[in-house]
Amino acid sequence: MKKFERCHGLVVPLDRANVDTDAIIPKQFLKSIKRSGFGQNLFDEWRFLDHGEPGMDASQRQINPDFILNQARYQGAQILVARDNFGCGSSREHAPWALQDYGFVAIIAPSFADIFFNNCFKIGLLPIVLEAAVVDKLIQDTIATNGYRLLIDLAAQTVTAASNDVYPFEIDPFRKHCLLNGLDEIGLTLQHADKIRQFEENRRQQQPWLFT
Amino acid sequence: MKSKKQAIISKMKTLYDKLWEDHVVHTESSDPDGMVILYIDRHLVHEVTSPQAFEGLKMAGRRPWRSSSVLAVADHNVPTTDRSLGISDPVSRLQVETLDRNCEELAITEFKMNDKRQGIVHVIGPEQGATLPGMTVVCGDSHTSTHGAFACLAFGIGTSEVEHVLATQCLLTKKSKAMRVEVDGVLLPGVTAKDIALAVIGAIGTAGGTGYAIEFSGSAIRALSMEGRMTLCNMAIEAGARAGMIGVDEVTIDYLKNRPFSPKGADWDRAVAYWRTLNSDPGAVFARTVELDASQIRPQVTWGTSPEMVTAIDGRVPDPAQCADPVKRKDIEHALDYMGLLPDMPIEDIHIDKVFIGSCTNSRIEDLREAAQVVKGRHVAPNVKLALVVPGSGLVKAMAEQEGLDKIFLEAGFEWREPGCSMCLAMNDDRLMPGERCASTSNRNFEGRQGPGGRTHLVSPAMAAAAAVSGHFVDVRAFPRQ
Ligand code: SF4
Repeated sequence: MKKFERCHGLVVPLDRANVDTDAIIPKQFLKSIKRSGFGQNLFDEWRFLDHGEPGMDASQRQINPDFILNQARYQGAQILVARDNFGCGSSREHAPWALQDYGFVAIIAPSFADIFFNNCFKIGLLPIVLEAAVVDKLIQDTIATNGYRLLIDLAAQTVTAASNDVYPFEIDPFRKHCLLNGLDEIGLTLQHADKIRQFEENRRQQQPWLFT
Repeated sequence: MKSKKQAIISKMKTLYDKLWEDHVVHTESSDPDGMVILYIDRHLVHEVTSPQAFEGLKMAGRRPWRSSSVLAVADHNVPTTDRSLGISDPVSRLQVETLDRNCEELAITEFKMNDKRQGIVHVIGPEQGATLPGMTVVCGDSHTSTHGAFACLAFGIGTSEVEHVLATQCLLTKKSKAMRVEVDGVLLPGVTAKDIALAVIGAIGTAGGTGYAIEFSGSAIRALSMEGRMTLCNMAIEAGARAGMIGVDEVTIDYLKNRPFSPKGADWDRAVAYWRTLNSDPGAVFARTVELDASQIRPQVTWGTSPEMVTAIDGRVPDPAQCADPVKRKDIEHALDYMGLLPDMPIEDIHIDKVFIGSCTNSRIEDLREAAQVVKGRHVAPNVKLALVVPGSGLVKAMAEQEGLDKIFLEAGFEWREPGCSMCLAMNDDRLMPGERCASTSNRNFEGRQGPGGRTHLVSPAMAAAAAVSGHFVDVRAFPRQ
């Protein structure tokens, strides 16, 4: 997993609620058996005017100039700010993969869909929940200010704006620990292998039908 | 000090509490709501979200912890037409072959494309008895919530977690809050589990269940068949809840008897005795309760690009100008624009181009029977270019054929296909063309879900059938059944 400590990144506002995983990465790209390369098709149906299929040369695609990610001032953005219920829909981890592969390191929204939220932590993409009013202000400020950046400090659990406004956020301590150190969760769980084996054995005694 | 009454209340457990506590192997922190290592009994796998997990496993030099807990099937990419020539799209083919190879190498049971038992992962699990009460069931698929109909804790996971479960038989996860959705009363004729699901989502919104596991209870839920209960739990994720569940009763037990993976003999009796304990205790406390009166639910139709954008068949498309909340207003405007609908138009005036009866929400035998009853002796309307019936599994298909349902559909001008996800998400060739409008029994009406530019209206199987023969949405209650 990718480590996350701090990021002072360019912000792009996606002023929409209920951004679903089908929009983040359309299904035709889920046919890939690889884990990388999804960034070029992030928000494919919004970013491009032509219909995207796997294997197309991105440089030949018809860009949608109206879509916010395509505007020159947001090139190189690392922080995405969006409205409520970001990442709703399917469990596809391809959605966080695509966001990360595109260059995002953190997503800020008033709320996230559960599975998406969870998936982000597994790859080191940081989802941050801030109050709706704060998110609204961040969206307005980003639109109003060219080159608007935010400083995210995971250890301190804060988002700091150029105005020096500081917005604290919550994060589960275990998840924070894993992110700060870029830990392999499977390795961590396997440290408890004996306990798992013991648990499994008890279960086999009590509910043998689960093991046939 | 706690009063005696409080002490008793705190011992009363929800079904979710019971399932959760029964699977906690280890707690990572002193916080009772913190991360735990949760044991997983059943791991369902399909071709789309597993290749990277198997690859990760191999690269780390790990083996599956318990291969026998895994049941795999290819469903998303498989063609629903003649399969004798295999899969023509090379990218889809590679994904399915990769699953086949991984399962062979790791001794995982897989129902291959030409196996009679093949079908949508959330249809075949219960059908085989591979989903049993008291289990934790996971799958790299959000509609895993379906299996909660059997009083199991079932939820979707991402690919990293698929790898985690393969390697450790466990998940690192946190407990959700418990919500009860209580539906009492008697459903009107023609109103189904799908309509309950859409009405619940309409009431609480697509994020209403975020952070919760939903238990459905009440007399209207008890009156549902297992098929109906699966439809309802399937859509829990569309309300934002990772898990939906329903306690055990006779309906559950009857369904499971003599399924291939169900316990047999003395084990069966032992299992049933345990399963009967899998209900919320009277007086158990839920973080949130929502109540619905079943008799007030009318057949539902979605008009927008999120399942919460829904109304009853005798309703109208909303007028964004009437919406006070600016964010919501923008969403409605956007949705109407995408859907090509006018503000305030009656739902019954919406004409359709295609019909899809299928998906893990509504492709079980009861769904097909209901649709067939409406269709029987009628014909698909001339403006409907394609009407598809895609059974949820090979076994559902065979049963339907035995009952002659295939003939009813074919005579009415429907196509009768091979099992799979099909036009629910259009990863294979079954899809909408830009601008085409579909009455669909699936679960998501997101932009582009059924094909780029496609417009999806979610409905029950009976409502889809009625729309197919009418060419536009109509109240199925006005249709005398044959
Ligand atoms: S039928 Fe649709 S929702 Fe169900 S598993 Fe397949 S693609 Fe997902």
